[in-house]
Amino acid sequence: MFELENAKTTQGLRRVAIDPVSRVEGHGKVTLLLDEQNKIHQVRLHIVEFRGFEVFIKGRPYWEVPVTVQRLCGICPVSHHLAASKAMDVIVGAKQLTPTAEKLRRLMHYGQIVQSNAVHFYHLASPDLLMGFDSEVAQRNIVGVAMKYPDIAKQGILLRKYGQEVIHYTAGKRIHGTGAIPGGVNKALTVAERDKLKKDLPQLIEWAKGGVELMQRFHEANPAFYNSFGLFESNMMGMVREDGALDLYHGDLRITDAEGKPIFDRFSYDNYTQILREEVKSWSYMKFPYIAELGPEKGWYKVGPLARLQTCDFIPSPLAEAARKTMLAIGNGRPVHSTLSYHWARVIEILHGLEVIQDLLNDPDVLGNDLLVKGERQEEGVGVIEAPRGVLIHHYKVNEDDQVTMCNLIVSTTHNNQAMNTAIRSVATQHLDRRVITEGLLNHIECAIRAYDPCLSCATHAMGKMPLQVELVDAAGECLSLLRRDAAGNFHNSDMYA
Amino acid sequence: MNTENTFIIDGSPIPFEPGQTVLEAALKADVFIPHLCYFPGLRPNGNCKLCTISINGKHSSACTTLARPGSEIENNTPALNDKRRLMLQMLFVEGNHFCPGCEKSGNCQLQALAYELEMMTPHFNHFFPNRKVDASHPEAFLDMNRCITCGLCVQASRDVDKKNIFILSGRGMASHVVINSPSGNLGDSDFSMSDKAASVCPVGAILPKHRGYSVPIGKRLYDGVPISSQTEFLKTRKA
Repeated sequence: MFELENAKTTQGLRRVAIDPVSRVEGHGKVTLLLDEQNKIHQVRLHIVEFRGFEVFIKGRPYWEVPVTVQRLCGICPVSHHLAASKAMDVIVGAKQLTPTAEKLRRLMHYGQIVQSNAVHFYHLASPDLLMGFDSEVAQRNIVGVAMKYPDIAKQGILLRKYGQEVIHYTAGKRIHGTGAIPGGVNKALTVAERDKLKKDLPQLIEWAKGGVELMQRFHEANPAFYNSFGLFESNMMGMVREDGALDLYHGDLRITDAEGKPIFDRFSYDNYTQILREEVKSWSYMKFPYIAELGPEKGWYKVGPLARLQTCDFIPSPLAEAARKTMLAIGNGRPVHSTLSYHWARVIEILHGLEVIQDLLNDPDVLGNDLLVKGERQEEGVGVIEAPRGVLIHHYKVNEDDQVTMCNLIVSTTHNNQAMNTAIRSVATQHLDRRVITEGLLNHIECAIRAYDPCLSCATHAMGKMPLQVELVDAAGECLSLLRRDAAGNFHNSDMYA
Repeated sequence: MNTENTFIIDGSPIPFEPGQTVLEAALKADVFIPHLCYFPGLRPNGNCKLCTISINGKHSSACTTLARPGSEIENNTPALNDKRRLMLQMLFVEGNHFCPGCEKSGNCQLQALAYELEMMTPHFNHFFPNRKVDASHPEAFLDMNRCITCGLCVQASRDVDKKNIFILSGRGMASHVVINSPSGNLGDSDFSMSDKAASVCPVGAILPKHRGYSVPIGKRLYDGVPISSQTEFLKTRKA
């Protein structure tokens, strides 16, 4: 059993709940059990809502799935759109897409990586990094960043906008488009669209380099904090292409241990059911995946930018690869596991995404019109992609009447479930144990979650400003005090539950 | 202008030929009257009531009302459009019209009219029906949760295709389209995607298989030009 997952007894302990976790899309809740000396006995990240896509997609025609399932998320819908499309390519027997279709899908996907990583880093995480984890809460948001660091805020907003434009030109809309269809794509890229996207790239690459330097400066300014915050070591999983390079659209999966040594050097994602298992725990709607042969206690792993930048042998774009080497140097020959390094890896991926987009826009294939292929119809298809937050698995079975009969989705958030729980336990032990709990300290917990995922909506769904409420409850369940943040960001403290 | 064969819509004279309905004459003159269950060449049946107009102060369906000389007709007025919007809202909540995932989106007459008439919310509680989804035919997919019982497929199958595959069953709120085959499934009928009935559905209830979303966003029927400016298309469709 994992440390701090289950308290030996709940007798005499009080419960602190961060419900919901803020600046995170979707409904998540963190509970802490503390004794009278504020010693932490239990910490859990709960996913408290249920979506049900795997059930209500049953009976629908297979060609509808890539468009429907992307509604799982408003931050990275393209990832679901493309993972489902890849699975449906298998269903329609499209073993090899046309060069134009494959490259347009890659263009769409790397646009998604740029926009989603930009919103994650600049809009949601940078307020903590720039202002301080326990800074004035009313300023600790993107508006506060815009007031104090207008250039950084502007660059983040325009980086995201550029990614959205790439998606717009390849999918028809900035959010929830229809570009990928089983066997290819439905839309060619025009010369005018290509030229418009090329025009702004040099400036955007400079800004992305600035983002990487910013994260490097954060680390250099306070290496002890950045290297230890939420630190834990674990296995890692990511996608690699044939030569071992990072590939976010297609490749095999590689799993390494905490030392970076391969557990599975590569396996075809079609076989994921042979390699991975999922465990259910009574206190969360989100499952806990693990490597079958290692079991749930030793076989859990992390995915996402930090994991995949270390499972790959190299990044196949020069600026991002140089930045990766700089980041890995802080590990002194060992893999980097510090939680906040996820953000460093994330901004390196923005740079990589823009370099890939640049290469694709210079490739004449993206202007082709040969968009669709079909082959021998199949009954089962798996599609896997590296979504901004990590490996995303879509698996479907389709009957002879073309209706979906089975759907299994393992989203990035789910892969990182144990990792996020372990990270917040690490933070709680480092920063909250035996201390008087304040909003700033609780935000440390949220910072650990945001490093992995600003978006729990693959398993949950909610939009808008999220108020934060922290209740101090005694062992009998009676609320002793209440700390509440309203939608305007103001804090209200009361001794008694109102 | 010869007033013998003209009538007035919203103050403008509209010429007509004897035997034409108000809707036919209006479309010919490029005047848009919202409608769902009218299709050129099929017998108008006044099912959907979207084309309700006011003739000399009295409400009537433009698709079934013969044009008469000198009629004073109100069409594009706030009061009539309010009623049309209400009828659209009722159609939306009676079925499962989930535009975000529906492949008819952008080509859907119901959706286009909702945009045209500025329907911002469904207003009423959704029925969330659980009707038949029939995937038994190799070429066509039926989702009766999207059917608005306009009757166009029934007419086209009966009067043009001479197959009588689609039949209206039940009465009032319970009326619904059924398939005239031994099992009640489309796969057991002699339906073909080349039938007229396959192409008259104004919503996403009857769809060809394997082609969903093949037209990119921006190039779909109602993406660029609102339905009210597409009278040329609406009047030249052929049954």
